[in-house]
Amino acid sequence: MTLNGLAVGCIYGLVALGFVLIYKATELVNFAQGDLLMLGAFVAYMAVVWWGLDYWVGFLIAVVAVGAFGALLDRVVLRQVIGQPQFAVVMLTIGLGAMFRTFASVTWGSEIYTLPTPFGGVWTVGGVTLSHQYLSIVFGTLVLCGVLYAFFNHTRIGIAMQATSQNQLAAYYMGIPVKMIFSLIWAISAGVAAAAGVLLAPVTLIDINMGLAVALKAFAAAVLGGFGSIPGALMGGIVIGLIELYAGATLPDGFKDTAPYIVLLIMLIVRPQGLFGTMTRKKV
Amino acid sequence: MRFQFKTSYDQDIRIFRDKVDVFWYGLLAVLVLILPLLLDDYYVGETAWVFIYGICGVSMMVLVGYTGLVSLGHAAFLGIGAYAHAYFIQHGMPWVVAMVLAVALTTASGLIVGLPALRMTGIYLTIATLAFAVIIQEVFSRWESVTHGFAGMKVDKPVIFGFEFATDQSFYYLCLFFLVVVLWATRNLLRSPTGRAWIAIRDSEIAAQSMGVHLAVYKSIAFAYSAGVMGLAGALFAHKIAYLAPDIFTILLSIQFLLLVIVGGLGSLHGAILGAIFVALLPPVIAILRDSIPESMAAFAAGTGLTFVGTIGSAVGGFLAKPGVEAGIFGLILVLVILLEPLGMYGRWLKIKLFFSTFPMYKAATFKRQKSYMRSERLR
Repeated sequence: MTLNGLAVGCIYGLVALGFVLIYKATELVNFAQGDLLMLGAFVAYMAVVWWGLDYWVGFLIAVVAVGAFGALLDRVVLRQVIGQPQFAVVMLTIGLGAMFRTFASVTWGSEIYTLPTPFGGVWTVGGVTLSHQYLSIVFGTLVLCGVLYAFFNHTRIGIAMQATSQNQLAAYYMGIPVKMIFSLIWAISAGVAAAAGVLLAPVTLIDINMGLAVALKAFAAAVLGGFGSIPGALMGGIVIGLIELYAGATLPDGFKDTAPYIVLLIMLIVRPQGLFGTMTRKKV
Repeated sequence: MRFQFKTSYDQDIRIFRDKVDVFWYGLLAVLVLILPLLLDDYYVGETAWVFIYGICGVSMMVLVGYTGLVSLGHAAFLGIGAYAHAYFIQHGMPWVVAMVLAVALTTASGLIVGLPALRMTGIYLTIATLAFAVIIQEVFSRWESVTHGFAGMKVDKPVIFGFEFATDQSFYYLCLFFLVVVLWATRNLLRSPTGRAWIAIRDSEIAAQSMGVHLAVYKSIAFAYSAGVMGLAGALFAHKIAYLAPDIFTILLSIQFLLLVIVGGLGSLHGAILGAIFVALLPPVIAILRDSIPESMAAFAAGTGLTFVGTIGSAVGGFLAKPGVEAGIFGLILVLVILLEPLGMYGRWLKIKLFFSTFPMYKAATFKRQKSYMRSERLR
């Protein structure tokens, strides 16, 4: 059972990772992250079921397509609002999210779909059954995080991204193409969301509102880990996943869905900077 | 062009700027008073929605537009007001008492939410209100002894001092009355030191603090007032919708309220009303278009022999009839407004007005906003 919580937590962590990447680099919060996840799941569904492709090919297509879409989004829409109040940009992404949901319901219909996966079996280790489905989520998250870690710390572009997120202006003066970096960050973030969507699809089934619930909890995860800390986001996701699971199992009805938010509220009151975050006061 | 010649400081804080204003607002008042006599019952009912959304808009405007605190949880306040009002009425309280209690309860809950909000800024506050709204929605669906959960809760027509507001017309006047009261109260608050403190907090918390504005006190007042007004709107909302269920008060409704103030124009009461007109009337307009576009285009195709026009018409009608399209259209409008007209409808109106009053001399640069590329939250 802990594995289930861990797996769901990993998904929250991945989506929270998407939030944090965009927040760190461009200082805006992308409320459409959950809808990108939904788009990813739908693209994979289309590739696997409609076109009859292999699961892994579908996975790849979903990640690449949604990633490219994320970059396009940044290039066409979000670059226009650089320099406007943060609140306006947040509303912009909310509007975009609503558009994506409508787009999905018009293109793929508003029914509920299942994505066939190669992870049907179970392992029994010491009397505990581990379903491959949940293992695949945990494993996929680990691989993705490893790749991202290597990318950010050991490639030129990754280090340029770190520099950009620390100080845009200084990075620009050092010859880093900040605009391109922003698009790339959006691409990575959208790609991660799509991967999370494909991994999550067998567990929650695919429908147009799957992103919203996940995004709200991923939000809680991101705040818990301190908005702006990448390991924090993953830890926060896992914590939220486990809290949700144990609250559902031990507390009365209704706490399963609200427990993450209660934790979030307490967290915001007690320690607004999160578990791993740092917060500085503006100086004048 | 009209020039204002100010001879005393009072002129800056008058409710109406001058006699011309009084004339136009008077004309507007006469118009809304005789409107029910001119319109069908259906449209009178829709206009009552405009007034209820107008009250919601004023509530959001005080918090978002004037104090600069962005809330994604106002649907919860609306719900608290609506459920409290319906509950008190069901238990035999007079309408006025139920209304006052409902407003008091929402004001109190606004204060409670506002207290943690004092420690947070910007996006964290938005997230906190969002979490609050999700929890409250769960409470609505679980606390069945009060809210009847998903079975729903029926709300009767309002009966005030023995008079039943049964028709659409009478309810229209009731909503209009409360909207005017709320607008008048808010306008007065905004021209008082409280309102000025709110605006100062919005423009710069640090500057406001150093000028002696007590941040905690004024933010709490803003939250409580905004929630209280929302509770009032909730009471009217309960009567209007006649059947309360927890899935009305979702995050989507909160987003709609934010959309309202942004489309209307942040930082003006006019914006709240314009936004309310927009948000309340868009769904019926979409419904009308859905029926009339295929018909009229088919008629045009039959008349001219251009069959593809008819095909386009039925395709558009089919698209508008799909579920969830309305939310997408709202989203599209939100995106376009933020990209093209960040000041909203009221900002556009000001531009048009200035264009005509300074006719050959208009400059677009008058309204140019300074962009800031500095990072606001992580300054060291």
